[in-house]
Amino acid sequence: MKRVFPILAILTAGLLSYGLYGALIQAPTEQTMGEVQRIFYYHVPSAWTAFCLFFVNLAASIAYLVRRNPKADALALASAEVGVVFCTVVLVTGPIWARPVWGIWWTWDLRLTLTLVLWLIYVSYLMLRRFSSSGQTPLMAAVLAVLGALDVPLVYFSIWFFRTQHPQPVVGGGGSIDPRMLHVLLVNWLAFMCFGTLVCWSRYRLEMVRRQVEETQALESLLAAGGSR
Amino acid sequence: MSRTAGVTRATLVKDLRLEWRSKDAINSMLFFALLVVVIFSFSFDPTAEESRRIAGGLVWVAFLFAAVVALNQTWARELRNQVLDAYRVSPAPAHSLFLAKVVGNFIFVSVLEALMTPLFVVFYNLRAIGPAYQLLVVAALGTWALVVNGTFFAAMSLRTRSREIMLPLLLFPITIPALLAMVEATSSILTGEFSAKFWIVLLAVYDVVFTTGCVLFFEIVLHGE
Repeated sequence: MKRVFPILAILTAGLLSYGLYGALIQAPTEQTMGEVQRIFYYHVPSAWTAFCLFFVNLAASIAYLVRRNPKADALALASAEVGVVFCTVVLVTGPIWARPVWGIWWTWDLRLTLTLVLWLIYVSYLMLRRFSSSGQTPLMAAVLAVLGALDVPLVYFSIWFFRTQHPQPVVGGGGSIDPRMLHVLLVNWLAFMCFGTLVCWSRYRLEMVRRQVEETQALESLLAAGGSR
Repeated sequence: MSRTAGVTRATLVKDLRLEWRSKDAINSMLFFALLVVVIFSFSFDPTAEESRRIAGGLVWVAFLFAAVVALNQTWARELRNQVLDAYRVSPAPAHSLFLAKVVGNFIFVSVLEALMTPLFVVFYNLRAIGPAYQLLVVAALGTWALVVNGTFFAAMSLRTRSREIMLPLLLFPITIPALLAMVEATSSILTGEFSAKFWIVLLAVYDVVFTTGCVLFFEIVLHGE
């Protein structure tokens, strides 16, 4: 597994560079929106990556509740942290695009609100992990992750009732998109997924090492206390 | 089943009696809600027409904040004299303890709402244009949504440092859909412009989903294993 990591890193760097080239030069300029539309190649892949990571978090949390495997918990933590970062990118790039195109920074539209609420739930998840002092942190966090996932469809329906302003999904939603644009979009998504996996993986390994260090230190202090008696 | 009901009733009666003698939760909630009403009232100073549109939001934000005050006390009370540890070692089913706490908090918050609603009517010159009886349904479902999640997350935040601040941080993001439904339902009943049916159904679904989820997970939260 350790040999895969540098290969993935090189692949990610290549894909990200190619994606940047595609987004800035290769893709044709959009007719009505102009150059500002190019933010789309970062906004949409970030959103998809963030949602994938939140899904990984949910799966890992359920796995932890069932199996009580500490590895599942470390994966849940890593995916939630990286997911929040990608989600933040989505929430920042969205208004930058919306201001010139819609004329407003923010609106309480279905997808915007759903993303914001997801972001809020996962930030509260990270806060809980941060503030939790006892050894039950993984359990409490897993329970919160499952409850948060239960919340998502309810948030969806509650905002679905409002008028939707976000452009309908251009991919798979009946909209039309230039095949060259779609190509760049998919390359960028692949690059972002690789990047997300890479960061998540590093964070996961860091978390496992951190726990090992903590355990060793606790053991050592226990042994030292036993020896001095 | 009868054991569950017995434990639930015993705990509920104990909580109600404690509250009746001390009146800690209800007094602090009442005064807090009163402060929120007064501060909102003079910071917005709305006309009758405006207040009809914004009152739904104001009422529920005031109740939400006040409920957090009571919810924070609900488990803290059990920490004194290690009552909670006694619960943990006792064979009493965890979910009956949870249900008793939820029903107790539901009663406290409902009493608060019954006492505060006349004040809102006076300060904001409210008069419902839509069917006012629906407000009762919205209040009951909305209060249940708040206390079921609130009681659960209060128990969860017992496990954290600075637990008083942790409860709203956990509770508010999760209750956003319920809060939206309460506010929108109340506003549409007050203005009479839209039907509140969709929001009431959404609230009912929210209540069912989260009551089930919280009852199922409470044992894990209580025992932490």
